[in-house]
Amino acid sequence: MGTGLVSVAYVVASVLFILSLGGLSHQESARRGNLYGVAGIIIALIATMASVSEGSLITIVIAVLLGASVGIAIANKVEMTQMPQLVALLHSFVGLAAVFVGFAGYIEPLKVTVGTEHTIKLVEVFVGVFIGAITFTGSLVACGKLDGRIDSKALTLPGRHAMNLVAVIVSVALGAWFLGTDSLALGLIALVLMTLIASVLGIHLIMAIGGADMPVVVSMLNSYSGWAAASIGFMLGNDLLIVTGALVGSSGAILSYIMCKAMNRSFISVILGGFGQTSSSSAAADPDQVVHETTIDEVCEELRNADSVIIVPGYGMAVAQAQSGVSDMTKLLRERGVNVRFGIHPVAGRLPGHMNVLLAEAHVPYDIVLEMDEINDDFPDTDVVLVIGANDTVNPAAAEDPGSPIAGMPVLEVWKAHRVVVLKRGMATGYSGVENPLFFKDNTNMLFGDAKDSIDKLVSSLRG
Amino acid sequence: MKLGIPKEIFTDERRVAVTPPSAHKLIELGYEVIVEAGAGEAAHYRDEAYEAVGASIAVDTKSLWQESGFILKVRAPMENPTLGAHEVDLMREGSFLVSYLWPAQNPELLEKLAARNITAFAIDSLPRISRAQKMDALSAMANIAGYRAVIEAANNFGRFFTGQVTAAGKVPPAKVMVIGAGVAGLAAVGAANSMGAIVRAFDTRLEVKEQIESMGAEFLQLDFGEEEGSGTGGYAKQMSDEFIKAEMALFAEQAKEVDIIITTALIPGKPAPRLITADMVKSMKPGSVIVDLASERGGNCELTEPGQIVEKHGVTLIGYTDLPSRMAKVASDLYATNLFHLLTELTPEKDGKPQVDMDDDVIRGLTVVHGNDVTWPPPQPQAPVSPQPPPGTEEPSAAQKEAARKDSARRSLIGKSALLLVTVAALYGVGAHAPESFLSHFTVFVLACFIGWQVIWNVTPSLHTPLMSVTNAISGIIVIGAILHLAQAENIAVGIMAFVAVLIASINVGGGFRVTHRMLKMFRK
Repeated sequence: MGTGLVSVAYVVASVLFILSLGGLSHQESARRGNLYGVAGIIIALIATMASVSEGSLITIVIAVLLGASVGIAIANKVEMTQMPQLVALLHSFVGLAAVFVGFAGYIEPLKVTVGTEHTIKLVEVFVGVFIGAITFTGSLVACGKLDGRIDSKALTLPGRHAMNLVAVIVSVALGAWFLGTDSLALGLIALVLMTLIASVLGIHLIMAIGGADMPVVVSMLNSYSGWAAASIGFMLGNDLLIVTGALVGSSGAILSYIMCKAMNRSFISVILGGFGQTSSSSAAADPDQVVHETTIDEVCEELRNADSVIIVPGYGMAVAQAQSGVSDMTKLLRERGVNVRFGIHPVAGRLPGHMNVLLAEAHVPYDIVLEMDEINDDFPDTDVVLVIGANDTVNPAAAEDPGSPIAGMPVLEVWKAHRVVVLKRGMATGYSGVENPLFFKDNTNMLFGDAKDSIDKLVSSLRG
Repeated sequence: MKLGIPKEIFTDERRVAVTPPSAHKLIELGYEVIVEAGAGEAAHYRDEAYEAVGASIAVDTKSLWQESGFILKVRAPMENPTLGAHEVDLMREGSFLVSYLWPAQNPELLEKLAARNITAFAIDSLPRISRAQKMDALSAMANIAGYRAVIEAANNFGRFFTGQVTAAGKVPPAKVMVIGAGVAGLAAVGAANSMGAIVRAFDTRLEVKEQIESMGAEFLQLDFGEEEGSGTGGYAKQMSDEFIKAEMALFAEQAKEVDIIITTALIPGKPAPRLITADMVKSMKPGSVIVDLASERGGNCELTEPGQIVEKHGVTLIGYTDLPSRMAKVASDLYATNLFHLLTELTPEKDGKPQVDMDDDVIRGLTVVHGNDVTWPPPQPQAPVSPQPPPGTEEPSAAQKEAARKDSARRSLIGKSALLLVTVAALYGVGAHAPESFLSHFTVFVLACFIGWQVIWNVTPSLHTPLMSVTNAISGIIVIGAILHLAQAENIAVGIMAFVAVLIASINVGGGFRVTHRMLKMFRK
């Protein structure tokens, strides 16, 4: 296939990717968007394969088919609650691939370049590998944290900012050496050293970020994987890679920004990590405060008598796998004519939009699943709010206590409802480590126990 | 102690201070209750009903006054023409009295009571605080007066209140303007609104706007900037001359349009403000009605005559001063309950012996004569002290906030300028030194970033997870680069690296799209 045709195919693929992302703006068009993406990548693959020499084609096809089938197999098996881990794991693959392609591009460049062009290419290789390595190890750590294999608490080593800074400075110095040398071997040594440093940096960066900030981390890594692809695109002089990398990079950046906004924190402070260590110094629990405990029967009675109910799920619902019970309960209540809706905080769960996916999996209609801004004004007119495994996202301290570490974070104002029932395992604090005054409010009742257990009991007594 | 309930002798006063149900409750407080024969007659409470709950009927008027240690009345004591004596003189020395007394207007009466060592509670001097609401006879009566004002207006108005379209023609709804949105005004608004009239209400206190609107009326707001008419204790205060001028202009304009005006404007301790002039009355449509609830205190309308219905310039002017008494039964019930609550406060031991606790704000305010001393007016109630905010959480002053805002604005401006400078420098460097091939890729890159920026903002938050997995799949496009290298690989190491890269990037592509598909399939309406 001629280069002209390949270029045209790449343009078509780029357009399809843009349409794909555009399709995700609404539920109705989202599936079509996904198909556009698939079509784009298939066109790009075919065009690329058609342009290379026939000798290597078989190896390529084998690698692609093998990889794709492994990917599909994993995707078919994964539980929706494991979605965050999977996404993080896939990010790490992009990072690793970027590292490999970067090395390959340095050792055996596709095009021979000289002068300024050569320097620029070396910079591109270096940057691509650097970002790729950080993405690779960072995503692996994030995956481990999300999976519970690594403690999700923020790891705060003394002088961690200085360590990060030193790592960056050394990498820059290695870069200068890498650009200065004409010897392939010396260049490789510099590149390998830098890759190792970047890998450690990636691990350290993500280790320092606490569990509650995971939505930001995952979208940030998503962004990095895009930038890695873009810089590899520059190295290869391939516009398709550049366009796609830029799309993915800006998408991840916007998501990170949205998540930070939802937690009222700056991007820098999230990246620097260490949040959640200050614990409850300012909002120490008042020993006089009493918690009102309630029973399944009481909650059931309240739900029966309610006209409007808002369910606020959090990560706890995902952990307990309670979403299908919640869906059954929603169905039962709606059959009784109760106005049931869901209020979703932007950072609920461990991924942007995590709760929406879980509720969708449990067949909750998406038009009753509302965003924080859409539903916050309705709490004062709501009879019962069920808080299922959410904590920081419903913490009144964010709005009422200026000394709280989460002060100013927009939260779901559940305490304004007539009655709040909090389903929770115990009195532990949320990921931010901040005490939650909601639990001590007069209109709050606590239903202790495993969320799935409690919801299932509620469903059966609502049926009865 | 014996509680005495005399028959009211004021002209047309039909109310009674104690009803049989409240008499029963007072007896439970440890008191004896003596009722003058026929005291409840006008309010449709017979003597037998009092006897049935354990009260006794006095032999005659004189004996009632002399036997009772505590007289419960509606109207202030006055000259009894039949007995030829003032009611105060009929009372025992050292006894108690509760009734309306209007201490500001009746200083001689207070002297008279003090001279006879009578402790007197003026139910109209009750402090307006939440705790005292259950004893607030003024509000209870104002509520009745407001309702009755509408009824009297309707009775004298020749049309329906509600608009109707009938086979015999269309009838427009009545337009009612209520001036003063205190208890009486709001009650009038509610009554007129429920009868179907179009109701507008005016008050100098902007804070009542919401209450007026909640009762179903339109709030007539003066376009008058700062001035606000809230005085102490929830009452209105006197307004500036300019305000009154603007207000009068509003009334003059409304008078031409509305059918019924109900005025309830009173300022504590002052004669009622003149709000409706003779000219305004003239400008009203013939057949219109004005009910002046302030007529006893001089009237809000120039032409009303206290206690009378008169017709002037084709407008019916109602100046009744006894509106609550015209609904004697409910008025007696409510008043009796107010007095019962007062007696409960006075008798904490439930032993039938009143105790006057002058340290209690409510009792202090009510007590206008204590023993031989006139104790009116009470000391000014302390303005509620707003709780001190805990240290460290003081609201920063406006100036501080402004400074902080400016400071952060300046810092963000510096940050932005620095970013701009760096960007300009970087772009200059790229433009000056980079080869053409790089620049064309660079153009594509920058444009793609902007497209991404535009497209992603439209993504609905509930689809953020699918968005991430689809972008993740798309970023597997790096497979292209890996394929190109694999195709050309001469070095075996490069070949292996490229092969692994193709493999894992393909996992990414396959897995990413597949999992996105699975997720999207689940979203349903």
